[in-house]
Amino acid sequence: MSQNALATPEAPFLRPETPARRFRLTWRTLLLALGALVLLLSFTRSVTGAVDLTSAGAINAAIALAIPIGLAGLGGLWAERAGVVNIGLEGMMIMGTWCGAWGAIQFANPWAGVVAGAIGGALGGLLHAIATVTFGVDHIISGVAITILSEGVTRFLSKVTFAEMPGGGDSQSPPVPKPEVVSLPLVGDPLRALEAERWFLLSDAAGILRGLTTNVSLLTILAILLVPLSYYVLWRTAFGLRLRSCGESPVAAESLGVNVYLHKYVAVVVSGALAGLGGAFLAQVAASAYREGQTGGRGFIGLAAMIFGNWRPGGLAGGALLFGYTDALQLRRGGESVHALLLVVVILLVAVAVYQLVRQNRTRAALITGVAAVAVFVVFALTDSIPSEFTSVTPHITTLLVLSLAAQRLRPPAANGMVYRRGQGK
Amino acid sequence: MSAKESTFADRLLGRVSPAGLLSLVAPVTAIVFAALVTMVILGLIGAPPVDTLVAMGEYAVRPRSIVLTLNAATYFYLSALAVAIGFKMNLFNIGVDGQYRLAALTAAAVGGAVALPAPLHVALIIFVAVLVGAGWAAIAGLLKVRRGVSEVISTIMLNAIATALGSWLLNKERLAVEVAGSNNIGTKPIPASGQVPGLAIVSGTQTKVFGLILLSIAMGVLFHVVINRTRFGFDLRATGRSEPAAVASGVNVKRMILVSMILSGAVAGLVGMPQLLGSSYSYSLDFPTGLGFTGIAIALLGRNHPVGIAFGALLWAFLNTSAGILQLKKISPDIVNIMQGVIVLSVIVAYELVHRYQVAAEQRRVSRQMANTPAEEGTPA
Amino acid sequence: MHAVVGENGAGKSTLMKILYGMQRPDEGRIRVNGAEVGFRSPGDAIGVGIGMVHQHFMLAGNLTVLENVILGSEPRKRGVAIDFGAARARIREISDSYGLGIDPDVTVEDLGVGARQRVEILKVLYRGARILILDEPTAVLVPQEVKELFANLRELVREGLTIIFISHKLDEVLSVADAITVIRRGTTVAEVDPKDVSARQLAELMVGSELPSPQTGESTVTDTVAISVRDLRVHSDGERCVVDDVSFDIRRGEVLGIAGVEGNGQAELVEAIMGMRPADGEIRLGEHDISGWTTLRRREAGIGYIPEDRHRHGLLLEAPLWENRILGHQTRRPNVKGPWIDRAGAREDTRRIVESYDVRTPGIDVDASALSGGNQQKLIVGREMSGDPVFLIASHPTRGVDVGAQAAIWDHLRAARAAGLAVLLISADLDELIGLSDTLRVILRGRIVAEVDPKDVTPERLGSAMTGAGEAA
Repeated sequence: MSQNALATPEAPFLRPETPARRFRLTWRTLLLALGALVLLLSFTRSVTGAVDLTSAGAINAAIALAIPIGLAGLGGLWAERAGVVNIGLEGMMIMGTWCGAWGAIQFANPWAGVVAGAIGGALGGLLHAIATVTFGVDHIISGVAITILSEGVTRFLSKVTFAEMPGGGDSQSPPVPKPEVVSLPLVGDPLRALEAERWFLLSDAAGILRGLTTNVSLLTILAILLVPLSYYVLWRTAFGLRLRSCGESPVAAESLGVNVYLHKYVAVVVSGALAGLGGAFLAQVAASAYREGQTGGRGFIGLAAMIFGNWRPGGLAGGALLFGYTDALQLRRGGESVHALLLVVVILLVAVAVYQLVRQNRTRAALITGVAAVAVFVVFALTDSIPSEFTSVTPHITTLLVLSLAAQRLRPPAANGMVYRRGQGK
Repeated sequence: MSAKESTFADRLLGRVSPAGLLSLVAPVTAIVFAALVTMVILGLIGAPPVDTLVAMGEYAVRPRSIVLTLNAATYFYLSALAVAIGFKMNLFNIGVDGQYRLAALTAAAVGGAVALPAPLHVALIIFVAVLVGAGWAAIAGLLKVRRGVSEVISTIMLNAIATALGSWLLNKERLAVEVAGSNNIGTKPIPASGQVPGLAIVSGTQTKVFGLILLSIAMGVLFHVVINRTRFGFDLRATGRSEPAAVASGVNVKRMILVSMILSGAVAGLVGMPQLLGSSYSYSLDFPTGLGFTGIAIALLGRNHPVGIAFGALLWAFLNTSAGILQLKKISPDIVNIMQGVIVLSVIVAYELVHRYQVAAEQRRVSRQMANTPAEEGTPA
Repeated sequence: MHAVVGENGAGKSTLMKILYGMQRPDEGRIRVNGAEVGFRSPGDAIGVGIGMVHQHFMLAGNLTVLENVILGSEPRKRGVAIDFGAARARIREISDSYGLGIDPDVTVEDLGVGARQRVEILKVLYRGARILILDEPTAVLVPQEVKELFANLRELVREGLTIIFISHKLDEVLSVADAITVIRRGTTVAEVDPKDVSARQLAELMVGSELPSPQTGESTVTDTVAISVRDLRVHSDGERCVVDDVSFDIRRGEVLGIAGVEGNGQAELVEAIMGMRPADGEIRLGEHDISGWTTLRRREAGIGYIPEDRHRHGLLLEAPLWENRILGHQTRRPNVKGPWIDRAGAREDTRRIVESYDVRTPGIDVDASALSGGNQQKLIVGREMSGDPVFLIASHPTRGVDVGAQAAIWDHLRAARAAGLAVLLISADLDELIGLSDTLRVILRGRIVAEVDPKDVTPERLGSAMTGAGEAA
């Protein structure tokens, strides 16, 4: 009888009663969607004149900013697929920023920093695993505590290390050696020329392509490769199946001889290492030094990207790109670019409203969406630019909007966030 | 034990069982463990571990330090209470930070802009703060109830947005003026009628204890009464312990989520008040930040119990104050942050272990007393 | 095929868990094929060819059949990757050779109960088990599915496999087993040959005394309708209708039993009547149309509720008994005075319930989790009866409780019925349904498909109505 209560886990508050109908993403729909997106952006660019919507610089920055979010999201994916909610990603990422900077400076080698960042994050993950898996502490509480601890540890460490170094300070490291950057040969200049023409669509595509192919850090490429690698490991290998079974039904997994604790430990430590890598990336590539508070909640945004991606690597990468893109825009002539982004939001909202009305027959929902579209449009029309204070939180607002639109259609792992104790199947 | 009623002391400890004292084992172990970790770190960086801790302790019991500790504990306590309201029903209001900062800013601006008789002026400022805190928290509550967005993520995002909104508002074109004698900017200072005088209750120092410490104490009592003695509190605790059972018993869980989020935000609105009305009289760029996260830690430390939280707040403030001596000894005061982090992490582990032990012990006790009845299949969960 | 029989709580499940390495014995020996073995984990048991089909399915709903089956012993290629092709072929092969009819690529949550059980069996066979332990395999099946299962099992025995079959359903055991071991309170009390014993003798061995049986005796049905449900419809996930046009009246003093295979809309029906789930249609309690009321208001109007899953819906496990007394009655005396909780009143009344409903507990300050299932259930029954209900929903009221508590709960239900209470009884125990009900309805795919008279119906006939075989009749 106790089995019964445990085998049918309590759904967290207001989780949808039934899974959303499974949606198979084919290459065709993916390419169509990408095409539509480019079209939308180039249309908005030509209407508003906000060139950074599709400039190579913005795209390049978007990729660079998406990486830490994506790595945190991947970290979340590993942990939550094994049933451990990892809100401590932020803390592990903070560890990664300090360790990454310190490692790179200490060994005068950027890759030593990358490794150190991953190790720092993994240590945080190990702590989270000990607390949640072995001791059965509530996952969110442990995650918050680890974030608090990481802040204290890094603040202390940077005072005893960076403050002593030339060019460093109490809350900042000296400049950090960066991993090499590479460019696809021969395409950069022609694309630049094409981009400068400001032709509808063609120049936009050129800008986007140039952003993707020039001055890309090797660490960026490594991080991007981690997405398909994670998919392969989690969905195609025996180890991955066992790991996911711990997140879906640990009781079943244990009854088949799967070592649930071990798999959860590995998952959470890998999760921490990925978040730490994201932190190292922030310190080494996105910025060029460690700064206190550098993560700026990106660990949490990464978690949101993972939720947005419905606990799948591909969706997560899409979410990370979305957040990275909004983050990049606010850095590049933020007021103007984010203002242009409002128009994109208006067009998307109108599209959603039409879809709700025509395909789903939900008049009321369509009306609400329509009113929202009009409201955003009014703001867009009445202003010329967004104050810089607000552009800095574009990714955060995007996160809230995306989650409030998507959160109810998702399917998290069934045993996610629940404390599992060995022998619970008894 | 079943026959006699529980004593006041039992109730004070929040658990009517001989295991009540056991609850104290967890925090004490955690503190000792954290002290050991700190000593190891001190040793590693070449400072004398024992001497340093002793010096910190001595420094913290000086009269002025005690006042500083009490003052810090005043707002830590409010922040932790705000968090605890959510925790009581498994709601994680990580957004206390944004809520109190936004509340303090608006309340300061309103307080500086009007002139009213003393009690009304103070009441108005506090009212505005409560309103803003509650309103900001309500966004997260609504998102959760209407759209199913986890409050953990939404409150964190709202913190960042509150920071942005705050820095937009705290601009000379809007609410801010230049603070005399510095390059800092802040809201227009609140006139004397809106200030709360300090209490000179610690002898041997000129520094006074925040008058609003009384508000903190009152809120603690109110929290206890509402949570434990009212129908609303029962519904709230029932929802926290088992949402499905609460639904089946007739609790409107969505409403409870919204209401408790708003209450949590309302209390969060108070967090900035002791500092604002008792010392700074203006919200400026150097207004204390991060109190919301401290509140989470203290609520965990005090197990969401008003008395436990009071001890937690005092301990936290004590550690913060004691760090004051470290600068003189050329040791980074941030070592206290590590100590606090270790305390939180080890205390939650220790509580979990004690809790397990208590549950197991109670089951053993019950089955021993019931030994004459037939054994049953399975272990009661 | 060896059957192990015993009452609930006799230690059958514990024994099986020891055999499967999920729990370790304090002493004693286990021999497999003559060789002594010691298991530290299920992995060890699997290693010597023992497989277990659990009473509660051990399946991950979000994974496919294939993933569920191969988990823990995945065929691999190049060392790490799963060889999905080989796995699929192997599963098809096993499924075909034993007639299990399983498609490896569907998601488990899309399968029905019978199919899930076959997946469990497939899982065990896939691991090359030669000894199968089946823990109460028929608990969730209707008689027709039981027949299919037994056909499958006989097929396996013909192939030379050994099956250990745990049950407390004696007729099933007698029809299928080659040898029977009876256990009571954790020890073997008899080893019998099914050819030599009758169901009655077996039952007395099992219980060790007279058997309790649910009997209602004289009809107490009156003419006053207590609750009337009309055209009730419940939709889940937007489109699917899980309760479809259900109508019934229950009069004061009447017990209406709802028979049906689990998952045919019973849970949704109950939740709709309790106001925990949106529904269309009319529900009248006495004079009032309550279909727009909140759960709280319905409870205040006199609906009592014994939920199906007491741990999830009936109790606050980590709260003391007296706080559990308040649950569901937090607006009524003696629990509250105005907006205040009346501690003294609630505690006093909890003591009364503990006393008069024979809840075995050392006191009212222990947490509900410390009580055994039967005592938890008695507390819930006592609590719901204390709210002066005019209508009681009893959902599986004796599931997972010991014999003594079962008899006590039946007594309380009978007494309340005699006092004029209207009861909606939902149960998987057909004997309980037939014995307690004044009227019986059969629910299938959310619709009431048959009305039967409990006085002249057998479990078999009820079973066929439950699967839809009775629709034609």
